[in-house]
Amino acid sequence: MQLSIGKPFMLTALAMLCGGLVLGLWASIYYIAPEYAGRFPGFEALRPMHVSSIMFWILLGATGSVYCALQQLVGGWMSKPAAQAQWALWAIAIGGIFFSYLNRSFGGREYWEFSPAWALPIALAWLLFLVNFARAARRIQRWPVYVWMWMTGIVFFLFAFAENYLWLLPYFREHFVTDTAIQWKVNGSLVGSWNQLIYGTSFYLMERINKNAGIGRSRLAFAMYFLGLFNLMFNWGHHIYTVPTPEYLRYTGYLVSMTEWVFFLRILYNWKSSVSQAQKYYHYFPYRFLMAADLWVFLNLGQAILMSIPALNLYTHGTHVTVAHAMGTTIGINSMILFAACFEFLGGGQRAFLAGNRLLNATYRTAQLALLVFWLSLNAAGVQKGMWQMAPDPAPFRVMMDGLKPWFWAFAGAGAVLATALLVLAGGALQAAWRAAPGAAAAEEALGNRAARESQRV
Amino acid sequence: MKPLHFFLLLSLAFLTFSFSIYLQPAIEAPAGSTDTALAAQGRLVWQKYNCQSCHQLYGLGGYLGPDLTNVYSAPGKGEAYIRAFLKAGVAPMPVFDLPEEEAAQLAAFLKAADASGSASPRDFIILPTGMTKRK
Repeated sequence: MQLSIGKPFMLTALAMLCGGLVLGLWASIYYIAPEYAGRFPGFEALRPMHVSSIMFWILLGATGSVYCALQQLVGGWMSKPAAQAQWALWAIAIGGIFFSYLNRSFGGREYWEFSPAWALPIALAWLLFLVNFARAARRIQRWPVYVWMWMTGIVFFLFAFAENYLWLLPYFREHFVTDTAIQWKVNGSLVGSWNQLIYGTSFYLMERINKNAGIGRSRLAFAMYFLGLFNLMFNWGHHIYTVPTPEYLRYTGYLVSMTEWVFFLRILYNWKSSVSQAQKYYHYFPYRFLMAADLWVFLNLGQAILMSIPALNLYTHGTHVTVAHAMGTTIGINSMILFAACFEFLGGGQRAFLAGNRLLNATYRTAQLALLVFWLSLNAAGVQKGMWQMAPDPAPFRVMMDGLKPWFWAFAGAGAVLATALLVLAGGALQAAWRAAPGAAAAEEALGNRAARESQRV
Repeated sequence: MKPLHFFLLLSLAFLTFSFSIYLQPAIEAPAGSTDTALAAQGRLVWQKYNCQSCHQLYGLGGYLGPDLTNVYSAPGKGEAYIRAFLKAGVAPMPVFDLPEEEAAQLAAFLKAADASGSASPRDFIILPTGMTKRK
């Protein structure tokens, strides 16, 4: 099947990832040797360029994955012109945002530092996504859980994105504490929304790899989905434990965060044990990236639960432990699932080429190892800063930062290896897409089905 | 109960929760939490120069520079200190030669942030439940 609607989004997402990795490496120089980093474009522009690139990799990758999956599910019921207009709106927004950053023309909140004018094409693009999703979803009987997750992700992203601009109204801007609470409520909901899109894709891929349609319609899957939705809505209070907000907000955040992810891990565990060797080979890289995401869910979940306990949050809040968590989830979970989707949807006809590719296999393992060093060094820097901020008579800020330099060197070194590895993997996905000839995917599909039947017979 | 009913129920709870936050300033305005119009303009200056890429308020923001929530009232610091840093810069921080009007607005914003409370984790006690409370 030609996945023509989703592929331009996935290819653009891969380009954003490559740009974001290079910008991230450049920004890391400010931590270890600022004298060599140069004044242009400056850290205040590099950081938002890096963050925006990676956010757009996630948003566009998730959009492309959902489109590809929907095309496989319902065929050609979506509007191609609407999807093309959506892509064009994203292209206009990305061009405008990066032009603004390079000209140091800021005007938004952290992670969305561009002028609110550039939020308009993104919102319009998202509306078109909603329309196209609705057209396809109408054709699906008794929605499996991943369709619910996609619907939730699309609808709540729109809501949270609108909420992200409440600061334009003086009523909100003039009340510092409420404004800060809303800002972090929004950030929590936006991350929760794209997680719904990505985890929905992960579920879809699991079902496809496992060839078991029951996974997405089980009671456990729906219990997990509603737990995720509950967290999307209410689990952001741990960001603002130190902000003087009403007590009920702090307690809600604390209690809700303790319910996190229990069902998700259980489902992943059940799924992994039931995949046959033939299917692992047939979906070679998608399977491996989903397994990597599984490991990173485990590590980041443990970290998130600890960070959500207010007594421990006092030590980790405002430190690099938070950065480790953000990077760990963005790279370890979101990016691994998106890579699984890229290799599945873009490299559909190239399974034998991918499975036998030594460079990609070695790079896959190098990426996991480098990410672990990267994550651990950020955590170590965070713990050291946490001890500093709780010390009765702390040293000056600059002295503390100099003391963190060994960890920053480790983080920058591991980051360089990780970025190189992810660039090679992105190149592998693009190469597979390039090699995929029309009709090859269908032939591979038939081959995969035969392999599955043979393995069942054995 | 069908998934749609669960979804609608949770969405209703979420909207109620959201509006309870939006209406907070109208319900209660404790002393020091309500900023002036000048401070609200200062918030825009903070965003215009992307101060948040390096600095934090209540531990939220970038990591290259220090948290500025209480810089206004910190011993030996204050408005003159803030203005000096903007004019002179330091090793990792470029010079931000703000027009007088914007410098005043930014200072008012930092003054309002400072008046809202202390961001220092040292000013909290840990309760037996694991929750924290301001001293």
